[in-house]
Amino acid sequence: MSVNQSPAQIPSLISATSLTCIREERLLFEQLHIEISAGDIVQVEGPNGSGKTSLLRILAGLSQPFEGDVFFNNQLISHAREEFHQNLLYLGHLPGVKGEMSAVENLHFNLALHGGTDTAINIEQTLAEVNLSGFEDSLASHLSAGQHRRISLARLYKSTAKIWILDEPFTAIDKQGVHALEQLFKAHIKQGGCVILTTHQDLLTFEPTQIKKITLDYIDE
Amino acid sequence: MPVANLSYRAVFSLVLKRDLTIAMRHKDDIINPLLFFVIVITLFPLGIGPEAQTLSRIAPGIIWVAALLSTLLSLDRLFKSDHDDGSLEQMLLSPQPIFILVLAKIVAHWLITGLPLILIAPLLAVLLHLNEQSYGALMLTLLLGTPVLSLLGAIGVALTVGIKKGGVLLSLLVLPLYIPVLIFATSAIDTAALGLPYNGQLAIIAALFVGSLTLAPFAVSAALKVSTN
Repeated sequence: MSVNQSPAQIPSLISATSLTCIREERLLFEQLHIEISAGDIVQVEGPNGSGKTSLLRILAGLSQPFEGDVFFNNQLISHAREEFHQNLLYLGHLPGVKGEMSAVENLHFNLALHGGTDTAINIEQTLAEVNLSGFEDSLASHLSAGQHRRISLARLYKSTAKIWILDEPFTAIDKQGVHALEQLFKAHIKQGGCVILTTHQDLLTFEPTQIKKITLDYIDE
Repeated sequence: MPVANLSYRAVFSLVLKRDLTIAMRHKDDIINPLLFFVIVITLFPLGIGPEAQTLSRIAPGIIWVAALLSTLLSLDRLFKSDHDDGSLEQMLLSPQPIFILVLAKIVAHWLITGLPLILIAPLLAVLLHLNEQSYGALMLTLLLGTPVLSLLGAIGVALTVGIKKGGVLLSLLVLPLYIPVLIFATSAIDTAALGLPYNGQLAIIAALFVGSLTLAPFAVSAALKVSTN
């Protein structure tokens, strides 16, 4: 199967060919072709259990598809692991926040692990962006689910990754928070990034034509 | 790209510091395995009787079996909580080499569970009337052997971390791998009690240590990828 199928004006950041996913002996999707370029915002839609999370995990390289390949800059993601991971920010269902550490420590670890050696990054200020000022030194176990999610979302503000893969990023986030995130997505795609997300909410501040959609549905066998 | 990659050493100390911080704030992780170790060993003189000769005969075996079981008890925490709250996924997706992250976590596990055990072992050995000549061998085998337990155990945990009730499976996977360490460690201590050189046994444990230190992190990385699939 040829890799370069796009018209080549905009090289695709992340693409996938003939993806097939089987979970628990159930076919979730098959022969899925995806081309995502810089500046795209992609919403993966579908009912519960239709394979949205599985698709995102496959694109992030966390799960292996039954069939098909995922490419980053036209290279297999398994061959360009380091480069791909430097350009990838994946936030799954689980926020990845340790209850035993404070908000500052959590964010600092997450940023440092993903290559942020920049000491100029002001952690407190970043936490303020996600409305967590005043909670910097509280242990995460004393914070709410929404605040956990905010700690993990704070990484988006300091991210240099081009590809954002977000699984239900708005869960437990209040209305203002959702609005702020949408603004952040807009700025990100303007800078040549792309956003792939699942959400059951509508993205309110985007024009419907701006959003690319991948629709998954149950497949009868 | 402004993203500079961290040096291996920086990544290692970052993860090590994090795991130690978490353990210090969640002291059960340190205290429970140690308490288990102490309780198991103190129960033996009560059950068997206080004759010094019997106790000193079985002391090496008791200390080492208790060390194996207490390590086994603590293994689950190595990756379980990180898996359950999503931090493990984030680590696997970081641009850092996974074997460094894994190695840091294993070293942290040994510092939290293995080291306290070594420190308290001579006291418990007194309780069991361990032969005076055997203390050196006991300490050396523990020093070389407990890291092997953490390293090999990590492979088992990495394989079972995605399973809801992996506890029994973990023991089935890991305990057979611990048997060589147990055999050579107790044999070294027994040999020392007779006043004979025990370099041979020690060398084999050292070889097991070096072998598992170099290979286990890669096996664990591969196993974690399978478990999060």
